[in-house]
Amino acid sequence: MHRIRTILLLFLALLLPVPAGAAERHAPAEPGELDMQHYLFGHVGDAYEWHITTVNGHPVSIPLPCIVFDGGLHVFFSNRMEENGYTLNDDGKLVNAATGKRPVDISITKNVFSLILSSILLVVLVLLTARWYRRHDAMKEAPRGFAGLMEMLITMVTDDIIKEGVGKDYEKYAPYLLTAFFFIFLNNLLGIVPFFPGGANLTGNIAVTLFLAVCTFLAVNLFGNKHYYKDIFWPEVPTWLKVPLPLMPLIEIIGMFTKPFSLMVRLFANILAGHIMLLGVVAVVFLTAKLGPVLNGSMTVISVLFGVFMDILELLVAFIQAYVFTMLSSVFIGLSRMEPEHETEIKTTK
Amino acid sequence: MSLITPDFGLLFWMTVIFAIVFFILAKFGFPLITGMVKKRSDRIDQALRDAEQAEKQLKRMAEEQRQLIEEARREQARILNEAAANGDKIVQEAKDQARAQTTAMIEQAREEIRIEQDTARRELSNEIASLSVEVAEKLVRSHLSTKERQNALIDKLIEEVRASRGQEVS
Repeated sequence: MHRIRTILLLFLALLLPVPAGAAERHAPAEPGELDMQHYLFGHVGDAYEWHITTVNGHPVSIPLPCIVFDGGLHVFFSNRMEENGYTLNDDGKLVNAATGKRPVDISITKNVFSLILSSILLVVLVLLTARWYRRHDAMKEAPRGFAGLMEMLITMVTDDIIKEGVGKDYEKYAPYLLTAFFFIFLNNLLGIVPFFPGGANLTGNIAVTLFLAVCTFLAVNLFGNKHYYKDIFWPEVPTWLKVPLPLMPLIEIIGMFTKPFSLMVRLFANILAGHIMLLGVVAVVFLTAKLGPVLNGSMTVISVLFGVFMDILELLVAFIQAYVFTMLSSVFIGLSRMEPEHETEIKTTK
Repeated sequence: MSLITPDFGLLFWMTVIFAIVFFILAKFGFPLITGMVKKRSDRIDQALRDAEQAEKQLKRMAEEQRQLIEEARREQARILNEAAANGDKIVQEAKDQARAQTTAMIEQAREEIRIEQDTARRELSNEIASLSVEVAEKLVRSHLSTKERQNALIDKLIEEVRASRGQEVS
């Protein structure tokens, strides 16, 4: 019982919203009160260091390298930012302390660092699985343990999502779609882990989802067949809809972009909202602290129960969002490669 | 707000890192795994098809065997029936033949017996006749050895004839 409480306290302490570098900028309204905005955006946003916890008012964080082009390449660790003539603006972005302008900033931020870690993890996991196949005769035995789990996931994604969505010649797209699926899934999962290697809000970051959506956009439009492009620029609608004023082609061209845009926003919003909900549920403990021990205690119980529920829900969402992103990407690719006789069939069933 | 404006640094690193990850996984990871899995599943499919084929063949063979046995049994029954019928016929024929032969033999025996009887009867009557004649001769000879006796006989005979005549007359 004691141990459980210790672990629980430790868990909560990890989520404690103690301002690290930016304490002087965002002073809490009252001492002891939670600065909700700083708390939330500190956790879901990016940072130039990886704040782990705070012990006795001293922040414990991993300094990360900052890389900026500002009339030359400058590389320094984030805890030496001030010495190098840079500071953070109100948005928490690195700016030149003298001019206040934003340099070209390719710093290894918390999200980039998390991206590197999770990418290494992903490569290792997949290559470990691939190694099993190199070392064993897959004709004679099926993998067990981890390789078996990976095989199950890969087979599921290939057969249920990619083969169904893309259709003919799906093998060409399988590596990208599998990479996207595992990348999103792994980062979603790592995002739920509340302490160091995880906890970054990577798949809930618009830059990451933007990149993935652009990849899908390229995969759809670079390899689309002539029927796909004919349907965009000369769709089968009454001629007046396209001749004097290219109304339908315009709508179709907008459609080209809305599809990946929806992919980008869906993943971003789902993961971000999940993180914020979790953080909000945990914040209840601290927000009710000044309401007295009885109310605070009962709200803590509710908060923990809700937190468990939300965590499990987020596990589900982590999988579902990876699944949905891969599935929709496959379907969009499949639609761009549809042969006309199938196309009419699809249109009628729609 | 920084949440919905993509950060250039992160985008840059995302592009670089994702490209590397994709390159590595697409070259050394996924195709190998999916290829192997596909090969194995093809093999399993093939094995299943083979098993089905084998089962079908086995079933067909069993059916053939059953038919063969059925046919053999029918043939056996037919042969047995035929044999029984043949046997009956042969026995019947033998019996008939035997009866006919026996009848003929009995008939012949009877005929022979009849002939023998006739012969015997004839011989016997001849013998008896000759014996009678001989006995009569001897008898006569002894009776008529003397004169008186011859006379007496003649008398007696005459008497008899007279008696018989007298009877007739009266």
